[in-house]
Amino acid sequence: MTGSQPVVVAEGLTKRFGAFTAVDRLDLSIAKGEVVGFIGPNGAGKSTTIRMLCGLLRPSAGRASVAGFDVGRQPEAVRAHIGYMSQKFSLYGDLTCRENLRFFAGIYRVPRQERAERTHFAITMAGLEGREDMLVRTLAGGWKQRLALGCAILHRPPVLFLDEPTSGVEPQARRRFWDLIHTLADGGVTILVSTHYMDEAEYCNRITMIDAGRLVAIGSPRELRQQGLGGQLFEIVCAPLGAALAALRQAPGVLEVDIFGDKLHVLVHEQAVAETLRPFLTEKGITADPPRSIAPSLEDVFVQLVSRRSKAPGDAGIKP
Amino acid sequence: MSLRRLFAMAFKETLQIWRDPRSLAIALLMPVMQMALLGYGVSLDIKRVPLCINDQEHSQLSRDLVQRFVASGWFSADHASATDRAVRGALDRGTCAGAVTIPVDFSRALMTTGSASVQTVFDATDTNTTNVAIGYAQGVIAQTTADFESQWAAAHGLRPPKIGAVDLEARVWFNEGLDSRNFIIPAVVAVILALVGAQLTSLTISREWERGTMEQLISTPVTALEVMLGKLVPYFVIGLIDAAFCLFTAIYWFKVPFRGSFIVLAITTALFTLVVLGIGYLISVRIRSQLGASQVALILTMTPTTMLSGYTFAIDQMPAPVQAVTLLVYARYYVTILRDVFLKGSPLQDLLIPIAALSAYAAAIIWIAARSFRDRLD
Repeated sequence: MTGSQPVVVAEGLTKRFGAFTAVDRLDLSIAKGEVVGFIGPNGAGKSTTIRMLCGLLRPSAGRASVAGFDVGRQPEAVRAHIGYMSQKFSLYGDLTCRENLRFFAGIYRVPRQERAERTHFAITMAGLEGREDMLVRTLAGGWKQRLALGCAILHRPPVLFLDEPTSGVEPQARRRFWDLIHTLADGGVTILVSTHYMDEAEYCNRITMIDAGRLVAIGSPRELRQQGLGGQLFEIVCAPLGAALAALRQAPGVLEVDIFGDKLHVLVHEQAVAETLRPFLTEKGITADPPRSIAPSLEDVFVQLVSRRSKAPGDAGIKP
Repeated sequence: MSLRRLFAMAFKETLQIWRDPRSLAIALLMPVMQMALLGYGVSLDIKRVPLCINDQEHSQLSRDLVQRFVASGWFSADHASATDRAVRGALDRGTCAGAVTIPVDFSRALMTTGSASVQTVFDATDTNTTNVAIGYAQGVIAQTTADFESQWAAAHGLRPPKIGAVDLEARVWFNEGLDSRNFIIPAVVAVILALVGAQLTSLTISREWERGTMEQLISTPVTALEVMLGKLVPYFVIGLIDAAFCLFTAIYWFKVPFRGSFIVLAITTALFTLVVLGIGYLISVRIRSQLGASQVALILTMTPTTMLSGYTFAIDQMPAPVQAVTLLVYARYYVTILRDVFLKGSPLQDLLIPIAALSAYAAAIIWIAARSFRDRLD
């Protein structure tokens, strides 16, 4: 395999459970050493996609390959080349950290002379020095997650699939976890990581947004912020909020209005429209400050893309 | 298949068993309890059947006859019910299992006509006990008659009469004391191993599904065969400890005669242990919940091994279709092997058929279990 070829490829990848389509014709291409974030609400199909890519679920249609192996036909070969962290913590709680590592080192056939070194690396990476002989079920969430990552990389897999690795983990531990992910990516590991924390998406080289099994957008955080909205975002402080929301939805040139805390976020076609907003509101007896241009968060982009897609079915959002 | 992975699997499983002392205790204590319960509780022999004695004559001869019933050890006598009505009442209440009525002219008839009759009535609700008891009663009376005749002849200076030119000299082999315990205890060992063995492994896969560890495990390159063999190794050791305990209890505590070779016993026991653990494992692979797997293991092993293995009910007395079904009951082969090794001291070459059957069973179970293992989530 040459460096230019994508390490993870999905073409029209689909998974149906009975009448329910969990993943619908998903296309994906991830290059070596990329950290790709998989963003979407619960039930969007993130876990199902990752499980198909790990060879744990058989695709209903389409195909996917990981490290050059077809996930449907060569799941054993795929499994030898990946590390996987499932959404639910799934190490052995009644074994100690060291025993879990030792078990996975055996299962992955880590060469004996390297076992001590790699186990040591995993322990230090997870910050588990001094806790090696504690039963895993007694560890706090952050340590558990880092140990799970340690177990998943013992055999130095070229590809890592991490399914919501930071859910339920305190913010500081989450930050630390992302540092680990980048250290691994710098070493050439290709990583697909799902999360429903939008702020975490900023740490990724590229983001894949999915909703209801369909691809919504793919791009770097910057690309998505710039192009994802299809307009400009303004923030308006006004009162009463409810009346302003209803009024602005009728205003000409306004694409989208949403409440964000005690303010409104208004998406408009162009700068000129924004300038008409304050007079428009004052006319209706609503007090408002002048609109302030803001950089959209990825959450704004996601909300906007999803609502745009539901208005125009078949439009799969943007693709760079 | 990688030995490295198999070893990692076996080591992990051993640690988990070790960290769960309660389950380990159950695995090791269950056979102890069952051995005590079934070993003492099950006997087809009849001892001290309570008899109502209605001795209407009270002669020396009649008392002698009653004494012989009691001295045989098979009966105990209750003299209180001295009337027909009392006898009837005792049988109805179940305080007596049978009654012996000696008529008022017993001795006189015997002396004058040379024959006399004694009436016995048995409660036949338990037909098996009744049949055996009637046999014993006939034995007691026949022996008494013969003794009376000899005594009478001797008293009158005559030679003892020759009753019957042909004398049946019955010899029983292999279980000379006709002690049914010697026959049943080896089968009890087979039944206990079949029950305990399937229980041991029935949870091993469903536990991993319930705890979520299976998803991680099958995301690795580990194969179905490695998971199975790795998991069976520690349970095989526990199964052999259980088996050794049961077999030694049979030999040294219940004193069942052991005439065979320990090597034959070890080989066949290891084979049977493999089959029963394989059955439990197969159930575990097929059923994802621990509770369900445990229940199915109990139901699938309990009835066939107790009813159809030849443990208490002789297979050659069963209707042909049922006999055909017993061919599938793996415990019957081990029951046969144990009885033959214990009581006949059979060498390996005499046990080839049941050994072949068990080997075929082991191979089939392992093949099916490996094929049934799901290394995917759907």
